[in-house]
Amino acid sequence: MSILIWTYIIVGLTFALYIGIAIWSRAGSTKEFYVAGGGVSPLANGMATAADWMSAASFISMAGIIAAIGYDGSVYLMGWTGGYVLLALLLAPYLRKFGKFTVPDFVGERYYSQTARLVAVFCALFVSFTYVAGQMRGVGVVFSRFLEVQIEWGVVIGMCIVFFYAVLGGMKGITYTQVAQYCVLIFAYMVPAIFISLQMTDSLFPQLGFGAKVAGTDLYLLDKLDGLHKELGFAAYTDGAKSMIDVFAITVALMVGTAGLPHVIVRFFTVPRVKDARISAGYALIFIAILYTTAPAIAAFARTNMIESVSGKKISEMPSWVQNWEKTKLITIEDKNGDGIVQFYNEKSKDAAFLASAEAKGWKGNELTVDRDIMVLANPEIAQLPNWVIALVAAGGLAAALSTAAGLLLVISTSIAHDLFKKIVMPDISEKGELVAARVAAAVAVVIAGYFGINPPGFVAEVVAFAFGLAAASFFPAIVLGIFYKRLNREGAIAGMVIGLLFTIGYIYYFKFAIPKEENIAANWLFGISPEGIGTIGMIVNVVVALVVSSLTPPHRKRYRTL
Amino acid sequence: MASNLNKNGQDIERLKEYWRKNITYVGILLFIWFISSYGAGILFADSLNEIRIGGFKLGFWFAQQGSMYIFVGIIFVYVWLMSKLDKEYDVDEK
Repeated sequence: MSILIWTYIIVGLTFALYIGIAIWSRAGSTKEFYVAGGGVSPLANGMATAADWMSAASFISMAGIIAAIGYDGSVYLMGWTGGYVLLALLLAPYLRKFGKFTVPDFVGERYYSQTARLVAVFCALFVSFTYVAGQMRGVGVVFSRFLEVQIEWGVVIGMCIVFFYAVLGGMKGITYTQVAQYCVLIFAYMVPAIFISLQMTDSLFPQLGFGAKVAGTDLYLLDKLDGLHKELGFAAYTDGAKSMIDVFAITVALMVGTAGLPHVIVRFFTVPRVKDARISAGYALIFIAILYTTAPAIAAFARTNMIESVSGKKISEMPSWVQNWEKTKLITIEDKNGDGIVQFYNEKSKDAAFLASAEAKGWKGNELTVDRDIMVLANPEIAQLPNWVIALVAAGGLAAALSTAAGLLLVISTSIAHDLFKKIVMPDISEKGELVAARVAAAVAVVIAGYFGINPPGFVAEVVAFAFGLAAASFFPAIVLGIFYKRLNREGAIAGMVIGLLFTIGYIYYFKFAIPKEENIAANWLFGISPEGIGTIGMIVNVVVALVVSSLTPPHRKRYRTL
Repeated sequence: MASNLNKNGQDIERLKEYWRKNITYVGILLFIWFISSYGAGILFADSLNEIRIGGFKLGFWFAQQGSMYIFVGIIFVYVWLMSKLDKEYDVDEK
């Protein structure tokens, strides 16, 4: 059977499963809509959290980025998992104990202020919309390649599915759908990874195969890759090209951002007890680590495979996966020197001797451009796995993108219906009215998200990285200080969040949109920290401002509940 | 004996002690968290890369694999320590 038919079957079956679960677990009350009634088991919550949080960026883009930048890609691995330690040790149990539905709810109560609540609502909306934009682009990429429809239609199909289960089921529907989506996505990620690991290194576990010898030779895979990289003028795969301070700052921003993401935090309100909140953070990290320890292995396999099967080969004899992806324009080959052979190398290499030797060979620039987003999706084709595996990966990518999109839409609708309407604008709204408001807000949010999917603001993981930076600079300090530092008052918390957020947005806007691309370089950055890592400085600004303002203003009068 | 009780009938001094122990656990575990990721994976990665385990350079391994295994361990140690502490100070929810 062809890839297309397999894809229709497998994607169709998984969508039917999600819709079935949504109908079975639809929400009847606001408590079910917001926190699934608060009775989810820690194991199920761990799976749902893992799916909620592993997005299109984790599933589709991450391994591709690591493949392209080697060691530097570690920022995503450590950053996106290390945040869970902060969540489990500093946030989840205490927030669960505090017993409020949402992050703005916590901020509003703890800082006894409607303004603080409003600022938190704004932050939640801002972070969630930035993030959802990345997801929808992911859905578009998957659909355009595998269902062979236009990206626009792909996004519309995705919107309809999410609309159905997020609007109908609320948190309860989303939770159980996400459990199913986790199973689909992890199976889809692992099957090709295990096959490729066996092919390339004879090792069943990709995590080990990655450090093993290439099958049939005496050469370690990573050494081979370092060698290939050097030959082609790239930085060694295991060393990377970023400065240490930038790697450090990006890792901090991603870790702290992870811990501050409102759609992840809200998941810890769905379990019955404080103890369960702690355990479910642990389960969530195990489920996440299965994928995250596999990703760098996939990256190394795919990079080696790509260089070996394309670089220096005849254009007329390209493997079929290259031709398939050329159709989507995500791989482009341009024969600059007209010799009919693909030259793939780092034309921006700083090594003059290397560039001179390239010129002497008659190379007129790099001829192969591969969009990093396709690495995972193209992997099974590269390894010549059966068609059903390729279809399975498509379903996995969709599961990852849709589960995250749904979690974010829920945060958006809760922020509007609960934190804005119920708590600020119309305090005497009935429960039924609030439920209607939440559903309408979710519906509007789906449409906006769809717009972003059709007119994507940029590269998937890049956009997502910004959402993390913004979360790091706004929520995280307000929540952690709120829990561990009693003296922090309303004025301090609000000033910190506002200034941290403005600083971070301003910096990102300046380097990414206001000035020409060529000037977005290390020499112009503050302390040599790139826009991706600036959330770290934003967070420090937030903390400093919060502490200074708190010490200059009178302490709050009423004692809030001790944890 | 029951001198300082809060409205739930719990001894405030004992609760403070519980909180102090909680903070100590968190502090120690976060130290390990920092050393295994920022320390081994970034700050000292270059020197650790001199050491090899199989095909892995050690600093690179910590950055791309090792730190994540340690993260999982840290969370479960915390879960275990806290449920013991909860029982000891009788604050666990039934």
